[in-house]
Amino acid sequence: MSTQTYALTDTATMLRRNLRHTLRYPSMTMGSVFGPVIMLLLFVGVLGKTLGAGIAAAGGHHLGGYIDYIAPGVIITAVASGSMATAVAVCADMTEGIVDRFRTMPIARGSILTGHVINSMITTVVSTASVIAAALVLGFRPTAHLAAWAAAAGLLLLLTFALTWLAVAIGLVSGTPEAASNSPLPIIFLPFIGSAFAPAGSMPPGVRQFAEYQPFTPVIETIRGLLTGTPIGHNGIFAIGWCIVIGLGGYLWARTGFNRNHVR
Amino acid sequence: MNTTTTYRQATGAAFARPAAITATGLRKSYGDQLVLNGLDLTVTAGTVFALLGPNGAGKTTTVRILSTLIEADGGQAQVGGHDLAQDPGGVRASIGVTGQFSAVDGLLTGRENLILMADLHHLGRGEGRRRADALLERFDLVEAAKKPISTYSGGMRRRLDLAMTLIAGPRLIFLDEPTTGLDPRSRRELWEIIRGLVADGVTIFLTTQYLEEADQLADRIAVLDQGKLVAEGTAAELKRLIPGGHVRLRFADAPRLEAAARILEVTSRDDDALTLQIPSDGGVASLQSLLDQLRAEAISVEELSVHTPDLDDVFLTLTGKRSNPATDKEISA
Repeated sequence: MSTQTYALTDTATMLRRNLRHTLRYPSMTMGSVFGPVIMLLLFVGVLGKTLGAGIAAAGGHHLGGYIDYIAPGVIITAVASGSMATAVAVCADMTEGIVDRFRTMPIARGSILTGHVINSMITTVVSTASVIAAALVLGFRPTAHLAAWAAAAGLLLLLTFALTWLAVAIGLVSGTPEAASNSPLPIIFLPFIGSAFAPAGSMPPGVRQFAEYQPFTPVIETIRGLLTGTPIGHNGIFAIGWCIVIGLGGYLWARTGFNRNHVR
Repeated sequence: MNTTTTYRQATGAAFARPAAITATGLRKSYGDQLVLNGLDLTVTAGTVFALLGPNGAGKTTTVRILSTLIEADGGQAQVGGHDLAQDPGGVRASIGVTGQFSAVDGLLTGRENLILMADLHHLGRGEGRRRADALLERFDLVEAAKKPISTYSGGMRRRLDLAMTLIAGPRLIFLDEPTTGLDPRSRRELWEIIRGLVADGVTIFLTTQYLEEADQLADRIAVLDQGKLVAEGTAAELKRLIPGGHVRLRFADAPRLEAAARILEVTSRDDDALTLQIPSDGGVASLQSLLDQLRAEAISVEELSVHTPDLDDVFLTLTGKRSNPATDKEISA
């Protein structure tokens, strides 16, 4: 009945509420900008010379400075940590009585979660854009044209969307906000055991296979290819495929988690 | 303490009104822990129904089921004219719920919380703001309206919580332990607000572990213990359910006291105050027979007072503390 007609209005109301939270308590969002920026400074300023030389010696396709190699990976890290902040927000929300109140009201129930997801998309876009800007200031020189930039932005948005649903699910099944802030850590660090900071080919066996086949590697390779002109190959398809799998899995997990969540 | 009995409810009138809630055979268990074991209840529209019980009796579970938060494992219920299982949306549209745990958005201000509720009820921008401001006024929150909830006292949070429930003007309100943890003054303030709602004809389903609260507010009280109702009635009816009540008679002089003591079954006698205590359930019939006995002997009585046991006694007796000898003694004393 009215729940159908008002789905959009309710989502807008929930989004306004979530945006207000983010604006009023921006520390989580700040964190997802500072982390990657510090990573950039560390890897470029402190370790950059040695690591860059190592990659050139290993026969990486890469000719520019080390920052051009790692910036795409750091951008992905920004997307991951930005999306994962949602887990804490969702979990904190669920432990507050207000969500129980929402559940007893004649509203479109999905709007509680979609409000979080859209809010997370907006804040992650802003924090990722800030990280890209910082990378450009530090000397990242992408060779991409407008179409490639647009494609990269599209893939980053898709990744944000997928990871946000995963984060919503983690937030829903975590008992406490502390747990919700710890469980996504492996996801934020996953790019490290991929091709974000060093080519997978340079890693010892075992780690190397993992690095080659884990979801972030094709995404990083695709973004790197789009922005700096390295070959993409099959990575584009795999990147999109992984995003769809993660997004759908996260969505379904979140939906069960939300429906089961009210036993307390 | 509550020795004067108020016969608040006109029972005849109550039955003429429709039921706001009817539930039959509600069952719920978590794992192998049985929380509700076939609960039946009826709440008449426009009355206050109090569900009284110790912690863990199943009060909150009952509210959560009736307010669509969780599904019962068995049984049926009609809430506000809608079937709980068939039409939960209809139930949600006709109720307001103020839970045991404060259900306010702690990161927003009081006014923002109210407007959030107004928006979710699709009241429209102008109307929502008008109602929010009126409720802030009514609940004495105008000064705090623009401050974040983190600065609110417990009583203020609870008042805001209730104001949020009221914004769409629900005719049936669930109050789950609304005054738990409040200081006596805030508790009384909240009672006044609840009385105001009742005066407007709102139906209230109240849970409480405070006997005084049920006594003060409720038209009917149901005592819940281990997932079942063990008693139901007005406060006065419940008090008469258990033994321990007595009648105190005062006489003008010692001979009359002596004469009465000879014919009555006296539990205690005070020669200085010229009073006798006679066990009685406080019911009209037993009072009549007592007075008839005295009249037959032509003994006049200066003063008569009925002392029914207070709800604490009822509660302790009904919720299975009967085996405790200390309690037994207290009740029969």
